[in-house]
Amino acid sequence: MNTTIMLFLVQDGITNGAIYALLGLALVLVFAVTRVILIPQGEFVTYGALTYASLAAGQMPGTAKLALALGIGAFAFDLFVARKALHGRLVVRSLITNIVLPAIVLALTIYFAAQKPPVAVCIALSLVIVAMIGLYLYRIAFQPLAHTSVLVLLIASVGVHLALQGLGLLFFGAEGQRGPAVLSGAFTAGALRFTGQSITVYAITIAFIVGLWLFFGLTLYGKALRATAVNRLGARLAGIRTTLSGQIAFLLASVIGALSGIMIVPITTLYYDSGFLIGLKGFVAAIIGGLVSYPLTAVAALVVGIVEAFSSFYASNYKEVIVFMLLIPVLLLRSLAAPAVEEEKD
Amino acid sequence: MQSRLPIIVFALLMAAIPFVPGMPPFWIVLLDNIGLAALVAMGLVLLTGVGGLTSFGQAAFVGFGAYTTAVLSTSYGLSPWLTLPLSLLVSGSLAVLLGLITVRLSGHYLPLGTLAWGLGLFYLFSKLEFLGRNDGISAIPPLSIGAFKMLSPGSIYYAIWVAVILSALLTMNLLDSRTGRAIRALRRGHVAAEAFGVHTPRAKLLVFIHAAVLAGLSGWLYAHLQRAVNPTPFGAQAGIEYLFIAVVGGAGYVWGGVLGAAIVVVLKEVLQSYLPLILPGSGQVETIVFGIMLVALLQLAPGGLWPWLMSFLPERTSGKKPDTSLKLESRARATGQSGVLLQVEKARKQFGGVVAVNNVSFEVQAKEIVALIGPNGAGKSTTFNLITGVLSATSGSISVLGRKVDKAPPQEIVKLGISRTFQHVKLVPDMTVLENVAIGAHLRGHSGPVSSMLRLDRADEAKLLSEAARQIERVGLAEQMHQLAGSLSLGQQRIVEIARALCVDPMLLLLDEPAAGLRHMEKQRLATLLRDLRDGGMSVLLVEHDMGFVMNLADRIVVLDFGTKIAEGTPATIKTNPEVIKAYLGVAA
Repeated sequence: MNTTIMLFLVQDGITNGAIYALLGLALVLVFAVTRVILIPQGEFVTYGALTYASLAAGQMPGTAKLALALGIGAFAFDLFVARKALHGRLVVRSLITNIVLPAIVLALTIYFAAQKPPVAVCIALSLVIVAMIGLYLYRIAFQPLAHTSVLVLLIASVGVHLALQGLGLLFFGAEGQRGPAVLSGAFTAGALRFTGQSITVYAITIAFIVGLWLFFGLTLYGKALRATAVNRLGARLAGIRTTLSGQIAFLLASVIGALSGIMIVPITTLYYDSGFLIGLKGFVAAIIGGLVSYPLTAVAALVVGIVEAFSSFYASNYKEVIVFMLLIPVLLLRSLAAPAVEEEKD
Repeated sequence: MQSRLPIIVFALLMAAIPFVPGMPPFWIVLLDNIGLAALVAMGLVLLTGVGGLTSFGQAAFVGFGAYTTAVLSTSYGLSPWLTLPLSLLVSGSLAVLLGLITVRLSGHYLPLGTLAWGLGLFYLFSKLEFLGRNDGISAIPPLSIGAFKMLSPGSIYYAIWVAVILSALLTMNLLDSRTGRAIRALRRGHVAAEAFGVHTPRAKLLVFIHAAVLAGLSGWLYAHLQRAVNPTPFGAQAGIEYLFIAVVGGAGYVWGGVLGAAIVVVLKEVLQSYLPLILPGSGQVETIVFGIMLVALLQLAPGGLWPWLMSFLPERTSGKKPDTSLKLESRARATGQSGVLLQVEKARKQFGGVVAVNNVSFEVQAKEIVALIGPNGAGKSTTFNLITGVLSATSGSISVLGRKVDKAPPQEIVKLGISRTFQHVKLVPDMTVLENVAIGAHLRGHSGPVSSMLRLDRADEAKLLSEAARQIERVGLAEQMHQLAGSLSLGQQRIVEIARALCVDPMLLLLDEPAAGLRHMEKQRLATLLRDLRDGGMSVLLVEHDMGFVMNLADRIVVLDFGTKIAEGTPATIKTNPEVIKAYLGVAA
């Protein structure tokens, strides 16, 4: 085999793999804290990417309005739950986070969309919009189900995915979009050409892995999140607001998703429904990592990316088959190695 | 279980529908689709709702059934009736293959695993040349009987609904049997079921195959209804939708699958045809509404609609008391009943650096009640788990009647006549007391899944239930026999566990804190029962914290502290043993 081709494929695989790693990390994070298997992770990716691309093209993205609509819903949920003991501070706080904030962002989006804003503004707005969507989604769809089984949460997650994907078509249309590069410029090292974009991808992935590691290892919030993951009731008794943990997890996941989207949309054309497949490949990595291990997930994601790159070169027809079937031997290994642990379900 | 009358009424009703004058043909098409979805959902009910195994991959099995008949009837000209068994065989055997890999996965790995291979198979369908790639296969011959060809949706209607009703009957028969109880116990974890000889991976594989065969049947019917197949209806989205159907209907109920199919199919149709009128020009609005309704439904009725509907019906009168005169043959006894039954020699169990059981030795003789006592964390329950094969010892040996059993799994231990109860009650709360106790007799029945489905197991089943009822009466819970186990008080649930253990016809009974949660009178009754059992030839090894109870009952006491045996002897000597007093009360005593 040609060494240059191989190097190209490995490079391509690592770039894709880095994105899958980020998504895999987000999935592990959300699952560990809330037990939600976050199928809509893919929608965070497309929403981030297409919001960014629309803004850069001077169009008004529908996601900003969705954020406000969801915020109003979240506010209503907050009021309904607290209807027996309403007090001013609570209402004001909920009003600010759920309505005032998205309203301001919506106003900014309308203002900037009209004048083709610089890349940095597009990125910032897209991230904030998707982050709010993630946060309010947790409040509306998942927080009321927080006590139920993994299965119920999983199906709710599928429902959210369907709704978000349908909305994506409504907002962005069936046409694919591409966005401007986050960092232009490139340099060559030997036969390989590194674009500023791919360097950004690597840097952000590494930054997030290190950041998450520090967050969970050293900060109080990180530890609270881990405690919630291990034992919800115990964490509550220790004074941890478990709903806050869920919100942080979803916030992080949606930011990571949106960021991944913004990073790939300059490289590949994304459609409103591309997120599902991208997210699922993050899943493959997350499952290989056992849904608990961050480093293993990151390594697995790189493997998934590289396998994908090679199989698209050698057997492009069977690319997806190969990537998803990659799971079978992994599952087999896990089945053989997994100790029989008693689980108390329901 | 339930009477057959509602099913017969339902069948007659379904048979009459096509004859209703003025019935729009389109409604028949919808009913066909409902039947097809119901078949898959029924499998999922068994798999997910009853067995606790969530699968997103059922659509792939529908695909196997559909493609098998499509290929064989077009390329090889086989008659559709010949391809039926082959379609089922292909789905079933692929289920064995995928199931062997998948069902051992615990918890959330399983749904994710099924999602992954479901997707992989979907892409495979759309890429393989001989399956027609994305275009699929068309010109599939219709089903025919003689010269009568089932070309219209109205004619295949009967084939579909006969399949649905037959499958429902077979599935319900299966659930109401020895194998069914093993399946229903799966969702509550495997330790309890395995302690009574249930081979849980095998039971899981069985439901997996059952669900896959039902899906394959649906696929076979689908291929001959559409007379064309392409990969789209077998993708991940479809797999998700089938699961949705099962959850909407009520994932634990066979008829819930049918109800869910009806609701979802009709709802989708309504959404597709009316939403564009309300919100014109917008693409996938029905998906959005569908998704939102799914979440809303889970928040409002997480149990599904079938149990909600059933709660309006008058309460089912308590079940028939089994005929207790039927005798179950007693278990074949190992020879050498006298002397040492159980010998624990230098048993040691380490969890990492923690030594939970430290070279403990003791023995249990025939016709003896031995108590294992010690402060919390002394290693009593771990010792139980070592004896019953739930855990395997790090070193040392455990033998039953002179035969070493250190490496034997729980299913083998119970065959030797050692049965147990659990410190944390492990009953299936949504099964009746009778059904729970009958699990104890699992190894004493012989009927397999096929004979259960065909109701050839009734003689065997009657004996099992009769034995269970006898043991329930023996422990004094005859009045609660038909209540759900979850509705009993914790103390009563412990007693139910004892009845279940007695169903094994054991020579040695291991009881983990049987008196916890019992009232004074109940404790006395329990002590009497245990003495009777001993006098009848059984040995008892029990862990208990109630010293009054232990001292009055036990013939011999073994005291553990921090994993080490510190004393052994009669109650009188233990009471005055300084080591024991020190362990319980501290040095100053």
